[in-house]
Amino acid sequence: MNAFNRLLASAALGLALTATAGIAETPANMLVIAHRIDDIKTLDPAESFEFAGSDVSRNIYMKLVNFDPMDLDAGYQPEIAESWEVSEDGRTITFMIREGLTFHSGNPVRAEDAAWSLQRAVILNKTPSFILTQFGFTPENVTEMIVADGNTLTITTDKPYATSFVLNCLTATIGGIVDKEVAMANEVDGDMGNNWLKTNSAGSGAYKLDSWKPNESVTISSNPDFWRGAPAMERVIVRHVVESASQRLLLERGDIDIARNLNPEDVAGASAADGIKIVDELKGRLMYISLNQQHPELSKPEVRQAFKYLIDYEGMQNSFLNGQYVTHQNFLPQTYLGASDENPFSLNIERARELLAEAGVENLSIEVGVREAQERIEIAQTMQNALAQVGIEMNITVGTASQILDRYRARDLDVYLGAWGPDYPDPQTNAGTFAYNPDNSDEANATGLLAWRNSWDTGGLTEKVDAAVIENDRDTRAQMYLDIQAEFRETSPFVIMFQQVEQSAMRENVTDFSTGQAITAASYWQVTK
Amino acid sequence: MTATDTTKERRRRAPLAPWIRGTVLTLGSIAVTMLGLLFVTFIIGRVMPIDPVLAIVGERASQSTYDAVYEQLGLDQPLIVQFLYYIGDVLRGDFGTSLLNARPVSEDIARVFPATLELATLGVIFGVVLGVPLGVIAAVRRGSWIDQVARVVALVGYSMPIFWLGLMGLLVFYGILGWVGGPGRLDIFFQDIVPTRTGMILVDSAIAGEWAVFRNAFSHIVLPASLLGYFSLAYISRMTRSFMLEQLSAEYITTARVKGMSERQVIWGHAFKNIRVQLITVIALSYANLLEGSVLTEIIFSWPGIGSYITTALLAADMNAVLGGTVVVGLIFICLNIFSDLLYRVFDPRSK
Repeated sequence: MNAFNRLLASAALGLALTATAGIAETPANMLVIAHRIDDIKTLDPAESFEFAGSDVSRNIYMKLVNFDPMDLDAGYQPEIAESWEVSEDGRTITFMIREGLTFHSGNPVRAEDAAWSLQRAVILNKTPSFILTQFGFTPENVTEMIVADGNTLTITTDKPYATSFVLNCLTATIGGIVDKEVAMANEVDGDMGNNWLKTNSAGSGAYKLDSWKPNESVTISSNPDFWRGAPAMERVIVRHVVESASQRLLLERGDIDIARNLNPEDVAGASAADGIKIVDELKGRLMYISLNQQHPELSKPEVRQAFKYLIDYEGMQNSFLNGQYVTHQNFLPQTYLGASDENPFSLNIERARELLAEAGVENLSIEVGVREAQERIEIAQTMQNALAQVGIEMNITVGTASQILDRYRARDLDVYLGAWGPDYPDPQTNAGTFAYNPDNSDEANATGLLAWRNSWDTGGLTEKVDAAVIENDRDTRAQMYLDIQAEFRETSPFVIMFQQVEQSAMRENVTDFSTGQAITAASYWQVTK
Repeated sequence: MTATDTTKERRRRAPLAPWIRGTVLTLGSIAVTMLGLLFVTFIIGRVMPIDPVLAIVGERASQSTYDAVYEQLGLDQPLIVQFLYYIGDVLRGDFGTSLLNARPVSEDIARVFPATLELATLGVIFGVVLGVPLGVIAAVRRGSWIDQVARVVALVGYSMPIFWLGLMGLLVFYGILGWVGGPGRLDIFFQDIVPTRTGMILVDSAIAGEWAVFRNAFSHIVLPASLLGYFSLAYISRMTRSFMLEQLSAEYITTARVKGMSERQVIWGHAFKNIRVQLITVIALSYANLLEGSVLTEIIFSWPGIGSYITTALLAADMNAVLGGTVVVGLIFICLNIFSDLLYRVFDPRSK
């Protein structure tokens, strides 16, 4: 639906709902959420890597350490691991497993299950496995590096990484601890239960999976033996509702408790309705553009700088992005360790013109690749308008996510406009891709690194990122990331523009719902109505 | 050559019975059509500038993960080998595994197609029951206010964006009046009560004798089905009117009137009888269009049908799902064509 239609639909919705009669209500012990869940590919924690899948996984699987949704600022907290110790050389962490925990099957949660789950994730080598393999684990050595011994689990890494880095990674979906007995009972052809776990669950978390109907719904029911106590919401149903107006209608009629994908117009309309509240949470997704450094003109430092003055950050934030994105010009999202709130750039056509003149750039024509998502296309069009004022012709190529991504990974686009979300709640997740590129050659084919995709030799930042990831003093480490970002803002070919804000509209009686902010996924066990 | 040999030779050369020949030709044409459909869709799927491996592993995957999936999908094989493998699988009823949700595509289609079938069937019933009489009356009373109303109804049906009409319908009948259920096939209270037999909730709930579920399912389907039915109605009524006008101006109608036949007999007994064959084509086409799935209707009403299934799969480069869905849609068209042919034989004496 385009912007005009969206506005029209929203206006009509607002008018019509003023006349709405009595509303329905969901049961007191049930939470019903409308959300886009068509990105779920699998529910196996060793493979799941999508937003909606992470929400499901966070509620089904416990981890060694995890975030408390009631106090996300506190960082990781003990969960299956009651405590841990770090060896003197900083390479080995020994976890003491909490006694008395059980899986949904009734099996006890043992150190052996924890070790097997992490080993399994490395051996299966699915998409998110890099979160663990970056510590030097390979399918060949992982059984020696991650070892269970009675009630303890030891993890030995190849370098003395910052403990916070290792533990933050264990809070990612891939750190979910699986019931080994149940999974192996469903093993087929040595897949360690992977195929079965795609659509079934074997966890110990607050909820267990009842059903996942692709593009339709996910239903989970509470685990009365959850170690923090039985959840108040005995059943949670996440319904796949694509259209914002439909979500709003369902919410205002009382057929759902929470609507998670309202557009700005519907958020504004719903916030004015009786019995509805809007809760804003900063998420980790960043919207950015990047300039391919193989382009002779775009690789000039003045041109890189000029682009940072050709973005109407404030104008977009206050118009079509209203409420859903805030200006943010650093690669670490707000709420992350080392996040910076410095946003030095604003739209300044004159300054951009001067910089382009210094670079001797004239009659430049470039192509920007953007996937077909409304807000991205609107950002591209706004940018096109600003660039035209300094004599740069920008052609917008719109394609599916795969089409654009293919070309971006092949270093084939002049300019890419897209989004990036962190993989785990540690600064390394973004530092290690935006500012890290040890081999800039085509042969390196490091398609996972954003710096490589843009052919950017980071000019010393790579080494600084390497140093920060093994710094164990928290404050020093934070300062290192602040310094890296200060340099990155000035020198990099990335123009980071916005950080996402998730606006959840919910019935007023819903309390303590958390989407997990920028660092984790949604959790339901603490929700009451 | 003996007399016995001659008889045998004659038997061998004797022409096949017309019905056998007809059946063989029909089956042959179905096979060729399906093969062509599969080939074209397969080739389009492979030459599209979308990397199916990337669609599965995502942009963060390591090269080793990427390579493993590339091999697993058989993409390292020559295109023709991939196609032959695919044909073999399809003949065994195996459309492969959805690249996106790791389930067998046949299971997915068995889940989404009944939802579309239920919706489309109700929609086409609505379109036929109202559209045909409206078209006939509009033709008979050409230029009258009824004809003008029929024209406006059809015009709105043709020109109004479906998402807009759908949203307005939801606002009025669900949001304000509360007469119908909202988006989705059932209220949450009624989910998972009725065992799945056909996948069509109205049918399953009727079989199970769960009439509360049936009523709830009906309250959810009535609005999207009416909406789709309205679009069918617009098409069917205009075509019916046009066919009827042609018949009513024919000489045999004038003769019938001169002979003193009642107007009812002239219209329904003669003119309408002669447009049945054309109407069958129109209705079959209309039904086939609805069975393809209406993506926008499915999105607005959160209806998990085959239209949005194929569209989502296409955008995500899930070619197994796209091919599976396309084969099913192709089969629908072929089956409806065969069914129309059979009805022609019933209604048109010449084709006998």
